[in-house]
Amino acid sequence: MVQTVIGREAVAEASTQRDEFVKAFRWMLLARVLDDKFASLYRGGKIHGGVFLGRGQEALSAAVGQSLRPGDVFAPLIRDAAGRLAFGETVLDAVRTYLGSPLGPMRGRDGNVHRGRPRDGYLPMVSHLGAMIAVVNGTLLARRFKGVTGVVGAACLGEGGTSTGAFHEALNQAAVEKLPLVLVVANNQYAYSTPSSRQFACRALVDKAIGYGVTGHAVDGTDLAACLRVLGEAVGSARTGGGPQLVIARLLRLCGHGEHDDAHYVDPKLKTSPLGRDCLKFAEEQMLEQRWATSRELETWWNKTTQQVEEAVATVQREAGPDPYKENWCALASSHLADGHEQIKDE
Amino acid sequence: MIRDGITYLEAIREAQARALADDPRVFIYGQDVGSFGGAFKATKNLAQEFPGRVLDSPISEDAMVGAAIGAAIEGMRPIIEMQFADFSTVGFNQIVNHAATYFWRTSVPCPITIRLPCGGTSGGGPFHSQSIETIYAHYPGLIVMTPATVEDAYTMLLEAVAIDDPVIFCEHKLLYYHLKADKLPTEALPTGKARIARAGRDMTIVTYSAMVHEALAVADELATEGVEVEVVDLRTVKPLDTDTVMASVARTGRLLCVGEAWPWGGVTAEVIARVASEGFGLLDAPPQRLNAKDTPVPYHPNLWAAHRPTKSSIAAAARNLLRL
Repeated sequence: MVQTVIGREAVAEASTQRDEFVKAFRWMLLARVLDDKFASLYRGGKIHGGVFLGRGQEALSAAVGQSLRPGDVFAPLIRDAAGRLAFGETVLDAVRTYLGSPLGPMRGRDGNVHRGRPRDGYLPMVSHLGAMIAVVNGTLLARRFKGVTGVVGAACLGEGGTSTGAFHEALNQAAVEKLPLVLVVANNQYAYSTPSSRQFACRALVDKAIGYGVTGHAVDGTDLAACLRVLGEAVGSARTGGGPQLVIARLLRLCGHGEHDDAHYVDPKLKTSPLGRDCLKFAEEQMLEQRWATSRELETWWNKTTQQVEEAVATVQREAGPDPYKENWCALASSHLADGHEQIKDE
Repeated sequence: MIRDGITYLEAIREAQARALADDPRVFIYGQDVGSFGGAFKATKNLAQEFPGRVLDSPISEDAMVGAAIGAAIEGMRPIIEMQFADFSTVGFNQIVNHAATYFWRTSVPCPITIRLPCGGTSGGGPFHSQSIETIYAHYPGLIVMTPATVEDAYTMLLEAVAIDDPVIFCEHKLLYYHLKADKLPTEALPTGKARIARAGRDMTIVTYSAMVHEALAVADELATEGVEVEVVDLRTVKPLDTDTVMASVARTGRLLCVGEAWPWGGVTAEVIARVASEGFGLLDAPPQRLNAKDTPVPYHPNLWAAHRPTKSSIAAAARNLLRL
């Protein structure tokens, strides 16, 4: 009798594991297809400025976004298309921001990866690395002041960002205040062209957790199942009073810093090492092996996802760009306090 | 309670006490602001009166401002105390690139007040004396206040907390203890409106913060010589009340701008640029400006007193302007 119950639980657990994996895989897939579309638009001269891809980091990113709930706070970074989608961003918001549509959340005032909806807990990044962490801390302090409990704030960073003073100040601040912060570092081996050996000298980045007095987790960032498990643990621990969590994922950036960068400097040995495994392909293999999906299902998902992205891009390409004559050119919420030297046009 | 009048510093403390009492969204965050009451005692007893709402921060100006941004976009009204204005440069990135751009980028207001104890005092030296309103005023998205009186210190700080944008509140350390008022005001000029601190018909001195008092002393001195100096206290350097300045120059025809900040660019240069480009015909003489010297702020009182504009150097500049 007891054995039967355990059996059911095990079956249920396996089923949940499969569902979570497949769900995350589909965010990864959507992010990969969307990123590839942005790259092609960039090469076609349809995108102003840069394009920054998350190729090779989708498993980690999707696991972060999927481990969070509505009501949590998420501050993704440039390679987090998967996590953004998993946290609730729409494809239209992403495309509109890259193409500068005034219908997008940033309305052409900011672009590409600088997008978010703060009222939904989805914070738009600034380019200054490490700066988002303290802002997540502040949202968590605000929740504490308001008596809201059981929330988590996640911030994403690369290993290069751990060299900033902002990283140090903010992680220490979170530790002092015992905030439910999950700081996820994708050690993708290169910060633009700078290898990790020129970025830090510690044995392993996760050792930094000891110095800050926070819990450290290390994970293989190319392995979706491992990322889901570790992020689930870290987010769960932060949510239940375990304080800040530092997650370090090992992986390799499978693209340039941006699409303008051919990444010729990446050590070929790294590409053929376990770090260079494509997390999306590996997840597909695992699904087939576990019989969580068939080849035909995978093909259908790819096709549907491609169609979804193409439709969104086609929609946004029909939208007019922002009109400088309709712009009020006022950086203040209190427009009556705008400096009078340049005439401010009230809307 | 207040027997000998209320000081500029006490007004700042009282404004924060009132903001905390009136608005549950307000909290104070800064180094030593908690039970210690702040390096200058601007938060004296506030941690005791408002438990849990006056928090000591680590020595982390970047993270202090970053956290304020996060709290503000969640609907709180943080007041950040920088121990000295000079240290705010460590948090500069969060102020100018993050807080100041927030509303423009997202349509979500970022109402934070950042208090900067600024300006020189004898013995302060290069890193505890700076007047850096100019660098903040340069960035879009910030309001920069420079109160010169006890009354303004009180009402403008309350206004700063109420404004839906990030406010850089430059409070002058030299005024902390010397300046006194009989009581706290109940009404004030609107934010962004300059004040005619003294009316006159012969020349206009436009200034702000502690230099208002030097300029008023010069006006007293020159009055004995039959010269009537009009002193305009800008109150906020951003927005800059060009209308009041222009109206004053229209009356006097002569303009001297005085600032304690360094000479390259800045508030005084901005005022002169505006008057020269928009009110050239109002001027009877070339507009003049007087600032601190273009060196770090010196330590020794002899050097310090010669570094910044003073009553005597302003009076000399004013007399020179009258001869032009």
